[in-house]
Amino acid sequence: MRAVRLSVVTAVAGATALVAVTGCTEKSDAKGGDAIQVTAADSTCDTSAKSVPAGQVTLRIENKGSKATEVEILFPDDRIVSEKENIGPGTKYTLTAEVKAGAYEVACRPGMKGHGVRQKLTVTGGGKTAKRDPRLDKAVADYRAYAQEQADATLPAVKTFVKAVKDGDLAAAKKAYAPSRIGWERTEPVAESFGDIDPKVDTRADGLEEGQKWTGWHRLEKALWQDKKIGATEKTLAGQLVTDLTDWQQRVGKAEITPTSMANGAKELLDEVATGKVTGEEERYSHTDLVDFKANVEGAQKSYELLKPVAGKNDSALTAELDKQFAALDKLLDKYRPNKNSYDFTSYDKVGKDDRKELSDAVNALAEPLSKLASAVVK
Amino acid sequence: MTDTPRDRDTDDTSKADIPAETEAPAHGGAPSRRALLGWGGAGLALGAAVAGGAVAMAGGGDDMDPAGAGTGGAVAFHGAHQAGIATPVQDRLHFAAFDVKTTDRAAFVQLLKDWTAAARRMTAGKAVGDGAYGGLAEAPPDDTGEALGLEPSRLTLTIGFGPSLFEKFDLGDRRPEALVDLPKFPGDNLEKSRTGGDLCVQACADDPQVAVHAIRNLARIGFGKVAVRWSQLGFGKTSSTTPGAQTPRNLFGFKDGTRNIAGTETDRLKKYVWAGEGDDPKWMEGGSYLVARRIRMNIEVWDRTALQEQEDVFGRDKGEGAPVGKAKEHDAPFLKAMKPDAHVRLAHPDANGGITILRRGYSFTDGTDGLGRLDAGLFFLAYQRDPRKGFIPLQRKLSASDALNEYIQHVGSAVFAIPPGVRDADDWWGRALFSEEA
Repeated sequence: MRAVRLSVVTAVAGATALVAVTGCTEKSDAKGGDAIQVTAADSTCDTSAKSVPAGQVTLRIENKGSKATEVEILFPDDRIVSEKENIGPGTKYTLTAEVKAGAYEVACRPGMKGHGVRQKLTVTGGGKTAKRDPRLDKAVADYRAYAQEQADATLPAVKTFVKAVKDGDLAAAKKAYAPSRIGWERTEPVAESFGDIDPKVDTRADGLEEGQKWTGWHRLEKALWQDKKIGATEKTLAGQLVTDLTDWQQRVGKAEITPTSMANGAKELLDEVATGKVTGEEERYSHTDLVDFKANVEGAQKSYELLKPVAGKNDSALTAELDKQFAALDKLLDKYRPNKNSYDFTSYDKVGKDDRKELSDAVNALAEPLSKLASAVVK
Repeated sequence: MTDTPRDRDTDDTSKADIPAETEAPAHGGAPSRRALLGWGGAGLALGAAVAGGAVAMAGGGDDMDPAGAGTGGAVAFHGAHQAGIATPVQDRLHFAAFDVKTTDRAAFVQLLKDWTAAARRMTAGKAVGDGAYGGLAEAPPDDTGEALGLEPSRLTLTIGFGPSLFEKFDLGDRRPEALVDLPKFPGDNLEKSRTGGDLCVQACADDPQVAVHAIRNLARIGFGKVAVRWSQLGFGKTSSTTPGAQTPRNLFGFKDGTRNIAGTETDRLKKYVWAGEGDDPKWMEGGSYLVARRIRMNIEVWDRTALQEQEDVFGRDKGEGAPVGKAKEHDAPFLKAMKPDAHVRLAHPDANGGITILRRGYSFTDGTDGLGRLDAGLFFLAYQRDPRKGFIPLQRKLSASDALNEYIQHVGSAVFAIPPGVRDADDWWGRALFSEEA
């Protein structure tokens, strides 16, 4: 089903490209694939097109004025979509941005101050990124499907955990705790994009805001490992966890996902590892940090693999480095589980200082190039 | 958004690496009084030209680097020797030791080239790569940004190669004989997490933020190839390589490094600091050897010690710094007048067959130790032509007998071969070691 739909998209995109090529003698408006020429001077700001299809918009800027200038694409409320500062006299710069349909302005600010000289820019299309590389559309579609699969697979695992809690079975609940989190940890940036679900299900004691009631996995983690007892409150909280995660499962399909957000999401997963897992803060009672760690890395790797066809074409050195560093981190993590198909990792309180340093170094080694993935995708 | 000062390059041409010697110093300023005196009868006009044009003068392979009269300007990066050794000691230090994480020689060599390019820019007061802002919105900026708007601050970046590096990349036969593993000295209580390292970078600057920015950005460029093993901040120089200047004091309150080698003493530098012709291996010619020791001081115990004992321990008086029985700091010491275990008596070149090292250490205070005591001391840095004829015999003697040992403990240690300087825009740190023909 999906394959059919995707091939249609590809065909349409191909047709658009053809139109763009044949229409390029017309100077009026930019078509897909065309850049808008922006000629900035001390008191003028000329744009070669006033409307452009939604998606990746490219401004080819030339400063013919005598002062350094700044060129911006602005929302109607002057919020900046994308900008380039400090374009020196006589210099050129290409600015790209992913822009949705709507009314915008292009501003040139000679001397880099003041209101500047403005030109209207209408971005057409139904809010879709019509011009985007079809391979990136496929990457987003595949990633959305992955996120949905993870949510779908998480619910039964959570229900197993919750049943054990409701049964008052401490041992079974402890055993089911970490596996219930894997799908969530793999796709956490998607869940976090909804804003309201993450605080309900994944807040740690130190992350509570004044007056916030502590609910979710970590509240139960504390009950199981530190307090070592399951009371009526825990049983109620366990039920709430299923409700909140069902909400998540139903919303994944509506999540706003772009190639950039996928790439940045991959980096954010590594940030999660660096700030929460390597330090042992995330699972401070259960010490199951390495399970989350592995799931975060897997989720990041999934995003990366889906974006790799495009990123690799734009920056093959980057993807070679990322391949290497993902492999190195995977290999390192495998040291902490007896069976490569199992998520039965070493308890993190048994991982010594030198080993934590080694893990931290491997995370830095991967996260630094991963922070460049987004720019390799939008190039 | 639009009115902030810009000190980033605006056009593409300025991104090219321009040799430091062709650049005007970012901060010339008026020559200091000391600079004028130092240049003797040259007169005010010439003195001004020299102080302002320090960058232009250095880097030609001179042993002496005259930059440093002010506090804000740039020290030449290129030269026969690395800067940061004979260079007048800056006020602040960030020193980092790294472990190599890659087994890929080509990737490591590329890192050395990338580091050199970044160091060349940072020592000239420029941002790394394409700068700290204004680039692609989707990508993190190349430079971390905290040094924007700050002067070059006489930043020097000095790289060193530890003994363990030579166990990697098939470099075993290129390891200098002088790069020995330091022996264990009596009283050493070395912490693994503050000891050793495949590589080091010493960042010295008159502004601490400039030094920290440099190490931070090099560490970032290095991720995946190297990882920081340990690092140390230093806040007050404890030695000077400018003889006319007031000798700085260590945290015990005593003047330190009275007889240190001056950056202008070309002959002594050649004799005691630079690896020279005939010193194997050839790739080290123009380089040096660095011993780094984190020396914890028992500050509170020292502070309760009677003045007489403090002065006996050092062999100098506390106020002037004069040797026992003498009136002035720079009077020649009469060693036999000192207690047999006095620090100066034991450490003085005259008592050690002339052994001389160039000291460039910094005081440190890393907060408190959890027991309410300052975690403070001396981060000792000594450059020498051969540690077997420098630090090692000296420390053997001191560790056995020095009265100061009651108040100090060596808790971190490392030794590095300091390769020669980066000659020009095409050269890079470690080229002579890693290129086949050398």
